[in-house]
Amino acid sequence: MTSAALSALLGHWRKHPGQALALILGLAMATALWSGVQAINSEARASYDRAANVMGQNQIARLASHDGQPIALADFVTLRRAGYLVSPVIEGRIGNGPSAFRVVGIDPLTAPLEALPTPITDGRIAFGDLATSDGLLLMSPETATRVTTEGLPQIREIDEIANGIAITDIATAAELLGQENPSYLLVRSDQPQGLPPITDQSLLRYLEPELTSDISRLTDSFHLNLTAFGLLAFVVGLFIVHATIGLAFEQRRATFRTLRAIGLPLNRLVALLAGEMILVALLAGGMGIIIGYLIAAALLPSVAGSLRGLYGAQVSGELAFDPVWALSAMAIALLGAGFASAQALNRVRLMPILAPAQPRAWAMASARAQTIQTGLALVLFGLSAGLAIFGSSLITGFACLAALLIGAALALPVVGGAVLSGLGHLARSAMAQWALADTRQQLPGLSLALMALLLALAANIGVSTMVGSFRATFTGWLDQRLAAELYVNARNETEAALVLGFLEDHADAVLPYASADTRLGGLPAEIYGYSNNDIYRDNWPFLDALPNAWESVESGEAVLINEQLARRQGFSLGDELRLSAGWSLPISGIYSDYGNPSGQAIIGLDSFKARYPDVPILRFAVRVEGDSATALAAALSEATGLPPENAINQVEVKQLSLRIFEQTFLVTGALNVLTLGVAGFAMLTSMLTLTSMRLMQLAPVWALGQTRATLAWFELARIIGLAFFTFVLALPTGLGLAWILLSIVNVEAFGWKLPMLVFPMEWLRLLGLAVLAALISAAWPALRLSRTPPNSLLKLFTNER
Amino acid sequence: MLLSAQDVNKSFSTSEGDVVVLNDASLSLDRGQTLALTGESGSGKSTFLHLIAGLDRPSSGKISLNGQDLSQAKDRDLARMRREEIGLIFQQFNLIPSLTLAQNLAFQARLAGKQDEAWLDHLADTLGLSDLLGRYPEQLSGGQQQRVAIGRALAAKPGLILADEPTGNLDEENAQRVMELLLALVADSGAALLLVTHSTDLAKRLSRRLHLSHGRLAA
Repeated sequence: MTSAALSALLGHWRKHPGQALALILGLAMATALWSGVQAINSEARASYDRAANVMGQNQIARLASHDGQPIALADFVTLRRAGYLVSPVIEGRIGNGPSAFRVVGIDPLTAPLEALPTPITDGRIAFGDLATSDGLLLMSPETATRVTTEGLPQIREIDEIANGIAITDIATAAELLGQENPSYLLVRSDQPQGLPPITDQSLLRYLEPELTSDISRLTDSFHLNLTAFGLLAFVVGLFIVHATIGLAFEQRRATFRTLRAIGLPLNRLVALLAGEMILVALLAGGMGIIIGYLIAAALLPSVAGSLRGLYGAQVSGELAFDPVWALSAMAIALLGAGFASAQALNRVRLMPILAPAQPRAWAMASARAQTIQTGLALVLFGLSAGLAIFGSSLITGFACLAALLIGAALALPVVGGAVLSGLGHLARSAMAQWALADTRQQLPGLSLALMALLLALAANIGVSTMVGSFRATFTGWLDQRLAAELYVNARNETEAALVLGFLEDHADAVLPYASADTRLGGLPAEIYGYSNNDIYRDNWPFLDALPNAWESVESGEAVLINEQLARRQGFSLGDELRLSAGWSLPISGIYSDYGNPSGQAIIGLDSFKARYPDVPILRFAVRVEGDSATALAAALSEATGLPPENAINQVEVKQLSLRIFEQTFLVTGALNVLTLGVAGFAMLTSMLTLTSMRLMQLAPVWALGQTRATLAWFELARIIGLAFFTFVLALPTGLGLAWILLSIVNVEAFGWKLPMLVFPMEWLRLLGLAVLAALISAAWPALRLSRTPPNSLLKLFTNER
Repeated sequence: MLLSAQDVNKSFSTSEGDVVVLNDASLSLDRGQTLALTGESGSGKSTFLHLIAGLDRPSSGKISLNGQDLSQAKDRDLARMRREEIGLIFQQFNLIPSLTLAQNLAFQARLAGKQDEAWLDHLADTLGLSDLLGRYPEQLSGGQQQRVAIGRALAAKPGLILADEPTGNLDEENAQRVMELLLALVADSGAALLLVTHSTDLAKRLSRRLHLSHGRLAA
């Protein structure tokens, strides 16, 4: 009996292959987009883990010189003799261009355990192997394939090592880099008791471990962003699955009733249907894994570029196949299919054995269901507003965003019904009245596809508004902030003196500046010393400032801080900022500082020199007339021997910054387009599956005196009208989304708030895309309708149907 | 002559070859006349009615309505004729579920641009629908729905009413009432009625009768 019943149930899919395809493709696309994003995130996190294996990630406190030069061996010896547990590291770069890599030479015997790479701590590589006279370089397989430098010691490929880095014994590093003195000293956290603080015993610069701003924390918001988009695409895909399953179950009501009537137990029927869904999920999941892998592989280089540009995080551009990821993708496909079919299965479970076999007025929502939906939408809007006002974390920001999107999706059929009803009262002609009333009746059947379109459009409007606002603000900000024509970075004090001497004769103005790492409000931050000049006074973009902010900074009476620091610490103008023990200054200005994850403060250059006498002034902002910056840079290099890359033209900086910016939003843009594509597919499948049911509504109107061609045009106009209506609803939703992204998510994730700008031309483009998606989805059904033989329509008036 | 069908043939192609449904069928009908077309199931009654309604085209032969040849007319002209000159009543009612009863009643008249409020009121009154005008088809009984369908067919005051088993889905009491109303209103409007039925009792109530058997007409 079971096999006979299964054959009867599966017969439906043989009869409706398009529906089967829509179901499988819908689930496959949902799984692909979700799992693709997860693959990217997991690859990036694996890269962070590899990076965390290297001391370059500042996980351990260290002592370094103030000018970035190697420290004297004597300093190291003194500290060791005094009993401090410090370990030397020699670090430097080998090679040029893409084949360049960083050599990190450690002393395995004295290095803190957490500084050693995993292969040494877990015993895969013995200390002795690393310290052989021939030397040994540990590097990732990807780095090993890029290395072209000749005469290197033996290379051993280790997966856990971050890309672009080679770890070796300190002696090997010294030989390779031609450097005897340590680059810095690692300071173990478990120093012997009774010793005075190491900072009291050494004049070296003490750098605390940057626990609060390590790479994975910084990039969390980026990955959360990707995950949110992956989830959105998954939900949009599930709309297709839910709609198709719902329709297939409706169409098989007669079969269910017959099977029950001839003795198939309810539990077995439900089990067979659940089994059918599992089969579909396994098939679609398999396809989703393949498509997801391809999507991830295509997007990963862009993501790696974004993470490098934004955070300096080294992420591999190549995707490794991970069986755990594939299994989780299959699990999400099964979960999605279960979620999408739960309602339909429950309806079968509760269906009385003698339930009418006619499809219900296809999912014509009852008044009660409409009321519940309206109530739920209002609750979600309220929740979104509440979270916007009272929320204070990245998670509440995304929850606020999700509540707005789901609320808008739920409100769509309700608002649509009300609008169509209102228009119906205004309609003059019989056809217009019929078309509006008919569309209203069709709305529940189409609403899932329209909700998917609404979500995709709102996401596109929201993200494009955010990116556009960001781009416009960022470009304007760069123009103001990079007001000097040339930025020069000398390598040492001797060179700085030469450079300064040359520039004073050849430039309009030379503005020296310097920076030092510090901690402000308990977090790692940078402090800058700037000389006062009209250029800053006239151009520097302040979010808020007291009168004569720059003058008070120059005179050492005030400090300027960036927005990130102000928001994190809740600072406002006039507040006292503690710069170090016994040194506080009032805040006279807060400036925007896009792209910088850290806090920053600016003091006068004289104050800086007094507080940081060991930090040499090596950097200069140079003003020159017109477009002579390039010529001046060339002359400067020639006269002083400064490497050309140390004199950067303002135009190049802007281009680089904008390139990083565009790269950052490339992935988001790609996911947006994919989501819109999935929504378009949802509309197409809905239209195709509804076509056969539409004939029953259209045939009487045809019989009463309309041509098939007229009805086909009405069908097209109806779908375009619905797409337009969906766009009209998506517009405020998308703008709300943009506001949440700009004012809540950005502030929580990056620490800066951006003004919201609107881009009507972008809206027009999206409206065009929505109409195009509607046209494509309705064109084939409309064409089919216009060519339906009268005989097929006549069957609907006889008992043959 | 309002309606004339001469030597009408209709056959359908199937995988097993051509199936002849109508074989040289001819009839004529004038205003005010009522004609019953009887026959067994599958005898071709509905097919003949559909050809006369311009819903399908004959394989050969000629059908004229008010002197216009339906077999040669374009789709657009056929649609106009159905709107303005023909009233169709189906066994399955075929009301438009998204429109109220009042909208359904007036639908064809409005499509034809012949809306006459007094006539619509009269129809609603006569058919006993005046209190139900705000309801939707799904809220009506079968008998009530068929009365709406009759009203809709007559609303544009067409010259020809074509009814395909109009009582086939109704119980005896409702069938009697619907037929009485249909005949009374057809007489009232002066239209001609061509009724397809397999009930000889029902056919007897009409002025003329033709029997269709294996595609051939006989008196």
